[in-house]
Amino acid sequence: MRLYFRYFAIYLRGLMEYRASFVMTLLSQFVSSFTGVLAVYFMMERFHTVEGFTFPQVLLCFATVLMAFSLAECFFRGFDTFSSMLGNGQFDRMLVRPRGIVFQVVASRVDLSRLGRLLQAVVIFCYALPASGVSWTPDKVLTLVLMVVCGMLVFSGLFIIYASICFFTIQGLEFINIFTDGGREFGQYPFVIYGKEVLRFFTYIVPLALFQYYPFLYLIGRSRWRGYMLFPLLSLLFLIPCAVLWRVGLRHYRSTGS
Amino acid sequence: MIELNHISKTFRIAKRNAGMKEAVKALFRKEYTEIHALQDISFSIGKGEMVGYIGPNGAGKSSTIKVMSGILTPDSGECRIDGLVPWKNRKEHVRRIGVVFGQRSQLWWDVPVIDSMELLRDIYEVEPARYCRNLDMLAQMLELGEILRTPARQLSLGQRMRCEIAASLIHSPKILFLDEPTIGLDAVSKIAVRDFIRQLNAEQKTTVILTTHDMQDIEALTQRILLIGKGRILLDGSLEQLKARNSAVRTLTVEFSGGDFVPVEGEGIHTVQLRSGHGVFAVDTRILSVSKAIEQLSAHAEITDLSVAGISAEELVVSLYEEFQI
Repeated sequence: MRLYFRYFAIYLRGLMEYRASFVMTLLSQFVSSFTGVLAVYFMMERFHTVEGFTFPQVLLCFATVLMAFSLAECFFRGFDTFSSMLGNGQFDRMLVRPRGIVFQVVASRVDLSRLGRLLQAVVIFCYALPASGVSWTPDKVLTLVLMVVCGMLVFSGLFIIYASICFFTIQGLEFINIFTDGGREFGQYPFVIYGKEVLRFFTYIVPLALFQYYPFLYLIGRSRWRGYMLFPLLSLLFLIPCAVLWRVGLRHYRSTGS
Repeated sequence: MIELNHISKTFRIAKRNAGMKEAVKALFRKEYTEIHALQDISFSIGKGEMVGYIGPNGAGKSSTIKVMSGILTPDSGECRIDGLVPWKNRKEHVRRIGVVFGQRSQLWWDVPVIDSMELLRDIYEVEPARYCRNLDMLAQMLELGEILRTPARQLSLGQRMRCEIAASLIHSPKILFLDEPTIGLDAVSKIAVRDFIRQLNAEQKTTVILTTHDMQDIEALTQRILLIGKGRILLDGSLEQLKARNSAVRTLTVEFSGGDFVPVEGEGIHTVQLRSGHGVFAVDTRILSVSKAIEQLSAHAEITDLSVAGISAEELVVSLYEEFQI
């Protein structure tokens, strides 16, 4: 962990060289995700409720997914930009250093400019937390924290899948963005509004609903079943196939070197 | 120290002909060509040796370096370096080696070099006292001084290469792999790098394996040469031995005036270079004596100056490549 902060310190020092660019990216990230909020706002203004969810409730859901995603993008950016690491030989360099590969990938590319989105999520939370009508007892706070943390890990898992595919194709395949960026966009609303099939897909295949929809039901008091509280933890099972795929990819790379 | 036995490696490369139709076809069925990057490579290198690894592009030099540094797993064969199998004990193994890829930087681009060095210290867990000692020594030998406080991206190529080399030695490795360390450097930087490598090898007994296309590197540095071509080791010996193989060849450099020289090609003589007033010829003394060759040449033009020399490393390599048809 200490080493992680050393990497982080180097990153910060590099950042200071490009302060203006950093601030601009931060701002644009912050502003661009506003469009999402506006879309939700206009929608809700017309219909008032979606499947029985009120505007502040939808915003709460929105902010949770946004925060999880931006945390993942910020701290697991290395997997997201993995194809460039392979392309420029940076990855070979990691293989000749005496540290874990996953650690090096994660530590070598932190991207704080992604915090623009995080900031956005915080702003929305400031409004939605009190307005959603949830009484914030300790177990509900815990639920929300679990939702964000596990969400971040599931999104990271998707980045890892993306990176693993790079081992075979060198260039990234954009289709995985359907689940990462797409998941973020879809995740603005509770998944149930898209219908049963979509909900099922995001429960059993790419378990975004496990940290978004089900615990959310408990959070806003639609369901009293406390088990939903722990559903985000279930979504972590998704990391197992991700890790397997990563290992397969790494073995392939080390046997082809291309 | 380094022991390779019957290492082989085959790559499958998707082949595709030009054209849209072919591209579409490749989507459905790919045809592969097998490339034997390494075929039955065996050699051993002792502690403190300095070995030049040469061969044309695509001969398998980089693949061998990758196998030895643990990046690449071979299909078959054994490799032990300092008692470890590189691709099985990756972490322990890489602690003992340093690798410089001439064309790729290992420094963090935007921060002063010294910051990169400190991060490397933490990655390799070098004790502070040893780190200071190593850094002082390297800074002095490579004349880094102020360069250390400059961001890597602002360095000239020569300065950067010196820093790269220092960075790969900060954990005092027993073995140093240099993949084209002098590529693109100016004459002064080349000499500085060479001097340093020689000094390192002499004082620290670091085993050095270096790939290069620059024959002056080989001449200045290595006692031993491994020649690889088409994935096979073709020759293993000292530069002197190799030169002795071709000792019968003499190079004639001629200055002449008057008349246009026609390129001379004949029994035992061929033209290496020809400009107006200046010509270089290779003479195989087993077939044609030097005096006979001069006689032949002076028949064509008025010779004003003449020198005879043994074969240079550059010519040696060219003749070896020709001999093995690689």
